[in-house]
Amino acid sequence: MLRKQSKKETAGASTAQAMAASGRRISVSDMLRKYGLVFAILIMVVVLSSISGTFFTSTNIINVLRQISINGILALGMTFVILTSGIDLSVGSLVAVSGVVCGSIVFNNPDAIWLGFLGGVLVCGLFGAITGFMIMKFRIPGFIATLAMMTIARGFALVYSDGRPYVLTSEKFKLFGQGYVGIIPVPVVILIIVVLLTLSLLYYTKFGRYVYAIGGNPNAARASGINVGLTTMIVYTLNGLLAGLAGVILASRINSGQPAIGVSYEMDAIAAVVIGGTSLSGGIGKISGTILGFLIIGIINNGLNLLNVSSYYQQIVKGLIIAGAVILDTTSKRRA
Amino acid sequence: MDDHILEMSDIGKSFPGVRALDHAHLNVRRGEVHALMGENGAGKSTLMKILMGIYHPDQGSISIDGHQVVIENPAVALRLGLSMIQQELSPIPEMTVSENIFLGREELYRGTPFVNQKSLNARTKKLLEEFKMRVSPSAKMNTLSVAQIQMIEIIKAISYNSRIIIMDEPTSALSDEEVNNLYETIRGLKRKDVAVVYISHRLEEIFEIADSVTVLRDGQFIGSEPIGAIDKDRLISMMVGRELTNIFPKQRVELKGEILAVRGLSRTGVFQDISFSVRKGEILGVAGLIGSGRSEVMRAVYGLDQRDAGEILLDGKPLDIRNVKDAIRHGIVMVNEDRKGYGLVLCRSIKENIALSNLDYLSRGKFFVNLRKEKEACAKLAKELMIKMSGINDTVESLSGGNQQKVVLAKSLMVMPDILILDEPTRGIDVGAKAEIHSLMGEFARKGMAIIMISSELPEIMGMSDRIMVMGEGKIRGIFNRKDVTQEDILKCALTGEVKSA
Repeated sequence: MLRKQSKKETAGASTAQAMAASGRRISVSDMLRKYGLVFAILIMVVVLSSISGTFFTSTNIINVLRQISINGILALGMTFVILTSGIDLSVGSLVAVSGVVCGSIVFNNPDAIWLGFLGGVLVCGLFGAITGFMIMKFRIPGFIATLAMMTIARGFALVYSDGRPYVLTSEKFKLFGQGYVGIIPVPVVILIIVVLLTLSLLYYTKFGRYVYAIGGNPNAARASGINVGLTTMIVYTLNGLLAGLAGVILASRINSGQPAIGVSYEMDAIAAVVIGGTSLSGGIGKISGTILGFLIIGIINNGLNLLNVSSYYQQIVKGLIIAGAVILDTTSKRRA
Repeated sequence: MDDHILEMSDIGKSFPGVRALDHAHLNVRRGEVHALMGENGAGKSTLMKILMGIYHPDQGSISIDGHQVVIENPAVALRLGLSMIQQELSPIPEMTVSENIFLGREELYRGTPFVNQKSLNARTKKLLEEFKMRVSPSAKMNTLSVAQIQMIEIIKAISYNSRIIIMDEPTSALSDEEVNNLYETIRGLKRKDVAVVYISHRLEEIFEIADSVTVLRDGQFIGSEPIGAIDKDRLISMMVGRELTNIFPKQRVELKGEILAVRGLSRTGVFQDISFSVRKGEILGVAGLIGSGRSEVMRAVYGLDQRDAGEILLDGKPLDIRNVKDAIRHGIVMVNEDRKGYGLVLCRSIKENIALSNLDYLSRGKFFVNLRKEKEACAKLAKELMIKMSGINDTVESLSGGNQQKVVLAKSLMVMPDILILDEPTRGIDVGAKAEIHSLMGEFARKGMAIIMISSELPEIMGMSDRIMVMGEGKIRGIFNRKDVTQEDILKCALTGEVKSA
């Protein structure tokens, strides 16, 4: 037996040596895997700057940032949902719900912009909580529960507004979508705040740990004394609140609360999260990845516009990039 | 020796950290029922999975009808006339009985791509009648009882017209009448020269139905005998057979007062009227076969499963344990037998896993994790348990089984428990890590922790426990002082319920 053990040890040592030796060689591809998205963004920036004179101007950069803020906020919320191995298809409809609720308040009372803001955000938070409750109480898969909520919320927005947009003339209300803090647009400021908020939630709180644990192995989470149902419900509520926030910004930017807006916004949000390397099976993913994900989508959209690529082709390009990102992710994982 | 339909010789198979089979043999004659015996983890299932092409052996050869064969995958095994009734049933619940039986070999109307369901139903009906089953061929599987599903699986295996049928615990869910039907079928198969490899823990069954028996222990071939040449006691000692060596460093610990008492714990259909207690510094071993209810009882104490009746007392005061959090708050923690299923979040780091059970303690205020405290506390535990790693930020899936088990152990120690429940704490890990975990257990007991250890491995039970509780069929069959009993007594008690008279 002694001999057997020592044999195992030498085998272990030699594999360790092999790993250490190949470690340096792998490091280039490791770097590429780790910072691949950063490289991708840099390459896109260099290429676009050289082709189009307008791309690398401060006006355009601020423009890009403003354009991505809505998808960015949605993607950050979606990151939590996907980390628990769920998905939320209802956020596009919630953007519309927020728009009409907030719009109706500001329409009737042009000065009550903060009441409108809160109304939009909280109503969507309530919708998210209801979705989370369905998932927790009846153990419906998130896909189904949010698919149901997607049509319910869309219907609610249409019923609430009688199918007509609230056209907003309030100058004050422009703050959320069109205002500036210095040279920085307010939507970008809000996005940065949401980034900081989600970062601290995910990395510095117990709740963040629970989110990762539930996505990684719900049984182990339960056996460790974690309230899986409640945590899941909070995740969907948080996602609803953020969708509501995005809805208010959008309504302010277009000066109207539109019941039919936001269709398929959830897809861009999911795409950003997935490009950012978050695993759809849960438990693995980072806020930084999601940030890179929505930056890439924003730059692609902007760049293709500047290059006068037809919007039909833009969709194909976007799809190819999403597929490529996921293929890269799964193959690199399989090799590991 | 020409009448061997199956010869498996010198089979070896290793998994990371474990030698599952070591020069194992199995020779089966045409038309005989051959029992394959051994304790849990002796290698029976691994050997059969090799035969069915699910695993590939590292060494050794397999011959069928005297021809050497290589069984690449289950399809090859079926073609060679082998079929197996798995211990874990795998019906497709939304499909009908006949669809399940003929899955993958549906009969078509000639020259068309359409399934001839009528003919399949007729063939199924005939099979069902043969087994005296009053079930419609078009009934959905999810409307059947577990026993009926098990019978369907048996019928399915037989319907392949196999020459060798492996039955892994086929009677675990059957009533006496159904068992008798099964015996009749098996005798019918024998007349058709079909060989049956029969795996069961129930000794009575072996003596009732088997013609010969092969015993494995620790993956090694122990012996093969005609059933007439052997009796119960001899069979048990062949299965247990090991001598107790010094690998169990049981420390002498002075037992202090009783800390945990369980009174009349019951859960309908799972376990009944369970009462026992543990003292500080004591290791209570829990023995019993898989399915005896031993894990379920402990899961109920830990709040992971519901209980219907009974109370749990800590220091004489009744506790209201409704969920895991309650148990943890009272200093009770359990290490689950299914390390990957219930113990670990494999894709996360060692640190996050260790911290998971007690983030309250590692937090500042109600929400925020105290990152420095978390890091220090987890690193300290990882060091104490000698987890081999490059750092506490390694993912758990990168560790070996033994080290993964230590992470689970560290996670439960983070709770600073008074009562530590361990379910199969050393299953599937190598000898070195096993000894380390055993010596850690001794140390915990010395510090006054009460330990409840469920194990299928009798030497471990005998080597580590102060007292031994034996369970069977959801009841306590006896509680013994270790000094008063032998391994054979424990196994006999677990298998038959016979208690050695004092």
